[in-house]
Amino acid sequence: MSDPMRIRAQAQGDKAVVRVLMSHEMETGLRKDSAGKNVPAWFIQEVNASLNGKPVFNAFWGTAISKNPFVQFTIKGAKAGDKIVVDWVDNRGDKRSDEATVT
Amino acid sequence: MRRRVMLKRSAEVAAALVAAGLWPTTAHAAWPQAAFDAKGFADAVKALGAGAPQESKDVTLIAPDIAENGAVVPVGCACALPGVKRLVLLAEKNPNTLAAVFELNEALEPSFATRVKLAQSSNVYAVALMADGSAWFAQKEVKVTLGGCGG
Repeated sequence: MSDPMRIRAQAQGDKAVVRVLMSHEMETGLRKDSAGKNVPAWFIQEVNASLNGKPVFNAFWGTAISKNPFVQFTIKGAKAGDKIVVDWVDNRGDKRSDEATVT
Repeated sequence: MRRRVMLKRSAEVAAALVAAGLWPTTAHAAWPQAAFDAKGFADAVKALGAGAPQESKDVTLIAPDIAENGAVVPVGCACALPGVKRLVLLAEKNPNTLAAVFELNEALEPSFATRVKLAQSSNVYAVALMADGSAWFAQKEVKVTLGGCGG
């Protein structure tokens, strides 16, 4: 299991800006190691987020997303105290889920 | 509660895996494989099921003019048009053009930011795919001093 995500969700008026920093290698599959062999692709494919249990955010990613990915999105109608859960699935089937509270 | 949801989701993913037979490339059923494999801007947009994209002032792309490190290029996209279904980020000269697909719904502002890798200096596109199948884009050229493919 990889390291936890860092999630910051800040209420701004009637919406909340959510910033997520994940910990992932995001290998493209094009890089070669010191022995000249291709390093197999290993990257986050899908990112989901829910607000108080209701799914709100869904994204599909390719290999072009940077290592230790950052993503920012804005949820309408979220207020301080709401619970945000973010999870991702990578191409090996590994997954991780973390939660944060809107402040 | 969260654990329940996760268990349920992992069961679904596992089922998809079994159905697909093979693990790494088809790990998730909903992941648009064809679009991520597509080479070139027009092909990738077509693979996502949209018509020929047209340039629009209502789509915003925030990217630096010069990226010192192609491995980490901050990119943001937003769209002011109503009825956007997906916002898509693409980098023209990357080995795989498509970088990210953001699905939109009524609970989300059509505005996202992330960081992408750029293999070399290239046009970066933000495309808004509308519910009616049309596509609108904004583009910007980003000069990369150091490529983002490692090695």
